[in-house]
Amino acid sequence: MTCGIVVVGSSWGGVNALGRLLSSVPLDLAAPIVIAQHRRDAPSMLAKLLALQTGWTVRDAEDKDRIVPGTVYLAPAGYHLLVESAGHLALSTEGPVRYARPSVDVLFESAAAAYRTGVIGVVLTGTNDDGAAGLAVIVARGGQAVVEDPSTAERPAMPLAALATGIPAAVLPLDDIGPHIGRLCDAATIPVIAPGVIAPV
Amino acid sequence: MSAPVPGRGPPGGVRVPDGDQPDRDQPDGDLPDGDLEDIEIDLLLEAVFRRYGFDFRNYARASLRRRLLRRRDLEGIGTVSGLLERLLHDPDCMERLLLDLSINVTAMFRDPGFYRAFRRIVVPVLRTYPFLRIWNAGCSTGEETYSLAILLAEEGLLDRTRIYATDINQAVLARARDGVFPLEKMREYTENYQAAGGTRAFSEYYVAAYDGARFHPALAANVVFAQHNLVADRSFNEFHVVVCRNVLIYFDRTLQDRVHGLFYDSLARFGILALGQKESVVFTSHEADYQALDEPQRLYRKSGRKAGREPGRSR
Repeated sequence: MTCGIVVVGSSWGGVNALGRLLSSVPLDLAAPIVIAQHRRDAPSMLAKLLALQTGWTVRDAEDKDRIVPGTVYLAPAGYHLLVESAGHLALSTEGPVRYARPSVDVLFESAAAAYRTGVIGVVLTGTNDDGAAGLAVIVARGGQAVVEDPSTAERPAMPLAALATGIPAAVLPLDDIGPHIGRLCDAATIPVIAPGVIAPV
Repeated sequence: MSAPVPGRGPPGGVRVPDGDQPDRDQPDGDLPDGDLEDIEIDLLLEAVFRRYGFDFRNYARASLRRRLLRRRDLEGIGTVSGLLERLLHDPDCMERLLLDLSINVTAMFRDPGFYRAFRRIVVPVLRTYPFLRIWNAGCSTGEETYSLAILLAEEGLLDRTRIYATDINQAVLARARDGVFPLEKMREYTENYQAAGGTRAFSEYYVAAYDGARFHPALAANVVFAQHNLVADRSFNEFHVVVCRNVLIYFDRTLQDRVHGLFYDSLARFGILALGQKESVVFTSHEADYQALDEPQRLYRKSGRKAGREPGRSR
């Protein structure tokens, strides 16, 4: 595989989880990171808070933002965030997808269509099943799935739903996910067998 | 039975790297499903344009793709090519697709900060004109249009304003014309209205009817709902304000530049352009033609410095 983009989905408990995750991802990661965290339709300080806490450049995505490594892009409140094939981000105000806007599935599916095998999809804590379908699409297109260990997630429903699809995924405690992403990107052409990998069914 | 097409190169055999995309690991000579889908989507957009005149070829692809695939699934068809066939032969299917592509779920007084800035910055400018023309481009089902009408009414400007609310789709325009919005949304809209600096009780503006919250007809008395296609149609008047929020996000850069040209040509000297919270004139072909009145709320004013230029020469 190649390491083109890291997409992350999170919901309940996600703000804390994202802080810890980003703190443990190598800052020189070769791939950009794009996040859909469920949030209210209101201006918030989330990007600033995460930047302060983690040392990453974090910002709410703007229409047609070019995706560059070294930056973390957040889905803005009240919009779906999509990855365009030309290495840009796009926004949409289509209706909520199963109550969520931003929707993790929408982000994941668009990333899979644009980057194919070069996608690492990460599902973190949350109380619903958003991200499960999208992660399955990422894997179907040859990308890699990483799921927060449900037993250590603040809310296990979202990781459990992702695993219930039966896709092969690295299941890791939160603090191990960042280093794992770093290794996947470093070893871009070498198949990585990480601890906790569930074999394909 | 289809015969092989003679004289054509191998499908997918050669692919010109496009530089922006990551390398793809794919077996030689095997066309991945995703690439096949791209071909099908290109063909479908070309067919829709030639058959019906609606040109979605320069729409931003990710969101367009998502809506096409959803329509494909809702029609119970397995492939985009199958959807293409139905679209060509069944105009009703085209109507359904058009609705899919033109409905964007917005809210009354979405982004209250925008409406506060409009009251604070734009309204004083508008007071200086005896008669006002405002273009609400891509009005969809009308939530934004009614929000603007309420704001202008409260500022005493609605009587001398004509709002032109346009959309590509007649069906959503009909809904906008009705001025009926779901009752269950009124709590959210009331909160938005108050946060937007509303000065009255929001419930004064509608009555609860059997089909939803029916807004006062006087709000729409000076609104002209009309079909207009930003992709193909020309400017149709000169406006003091153009409000086009969360519409340009669906267009690619080429089309965005075209529409910015349309807005520039449609604005009076010192006219005001209002965009969505994540849209900007920066990086467009008209960046230099505007000054920001409020950058965070995406309010821009057409600058006068090119006023001496011949009309029709904007890029």
